[in-house]
Amino acid sequence: MNTQEIFEVLKEKFGDTILEVTGEAPSDLSINVVTEKIADVCLFLRDTEIMNFDYLSCLSGMDYKDSLGVVYHLYSTINHQTVVLKVKTNRENPSVPTVERIWKTANWHEREAYDMYGIQFAGHPNMIRILTCYDWEGWPLRKDYKTPEAYHGIKVPY
Amino acid sequence: MGLLDRLDNPFEGGGIILGKVEDLLNWGRSKSDWYLHFGLACCAIEFMAANASHFDFMRFGTIPRPSPRQADFIIVSGTVTMKMAERVIRLYEQMAEPKYVLSMGSCANSGGPYWEHGYHVLKGVDRIIPVDVYIPGCPPRPEAFFEGMVKLQKKINEQQIFNKRKRLEEEDKKLSA
Repeated sequence: MNTQEIFEVLKEKFGDTILEVTGEAPSDLSINVVTEKIADVCLFLRDTEIMNFDYLSCLSGMDYKDSLGVVYHLYSTINHQTVVLKVKTNRENPSVPTVERIWKTANWHEREAYDMYGIQFAGHPNMIRILTCYDWEGWPLRKDYKTPEAYHGIKVPY
Repeated sequence: MGLLDRLDNPFEGGGIILGKVEDLLNWGRSKSDWYLHFGLACCAIEFMAANASHFDFMRFGTIPRPSPRQADFIIVSGTVTMKMAERVIRLYEQMAEPKYVLSMGSCANSGGPYWEHGYHVLKGVDRIIPVDVYIPGCPPRPEAFFEGMVKLQKKINEQQIFNKRKRLEEEDKKLSA
């Protein structure tokens, strides 16, 4: 089952929630999804017999300059197939529903995306920073991030 | 100039050595350094190689200690992040005097490959604690590490340990004059 076929199935089930397929065929395709419905779509992909996406390979944050986003790489260990989902969210108050209840591995991935991009995952049980210090200011992987001059009195730049 | 070599000296033969107590103490201190290993990144892997039987770090008389209270020197090997920097200060402050610091690898020396864009990396551990010996390399070979260890032993051997307060007062007078 390739991305285009998965897209057709999702379109039939969720209607306008599934936006489009983007990227270059055959390997670079991804399905854009409406942000609010991502958790429902993920649950469907995991639990439907023909999909069986039982493994979240990677969840990563993105900075598209005008907006932020999250990319989900799913893998099925039963059907040996992959699919990529993408959602977008605004820069000012970024929030995406959590998929932590669907794949437990998303817990740390979402904390990392929060740490680096400031994306809030609504419903996450422990939405705190994972890599940088708990009192770190700013979101380091955003494109407009400026390196701080000092941290707790220690000079940061070279 | 080893103390035991001097027993072969015709003037000092017969089991008697004339010398300073300071030399004897420094000889003992430099030949039984206990270390606190603070491994932070890939340099710690290289240090493991130096510690294993092939290179045998313990021939310097060193013993790894899990507690800073029992350690004579600390080996900072690897990238010191801002999050870890505060822990490094804390461990250093817990060590008893006299204490020494070995900075191992480019990251601990100056930030290494993170010197320009590493928002999270401390650009050299000498910004937070005084370093005695810098060991260059990314990571340093065990041979390079041992040269650093020899340098540290040399430094300890040449150190004056008595009349510290008197010496410091004299230095203060010189500075204020």
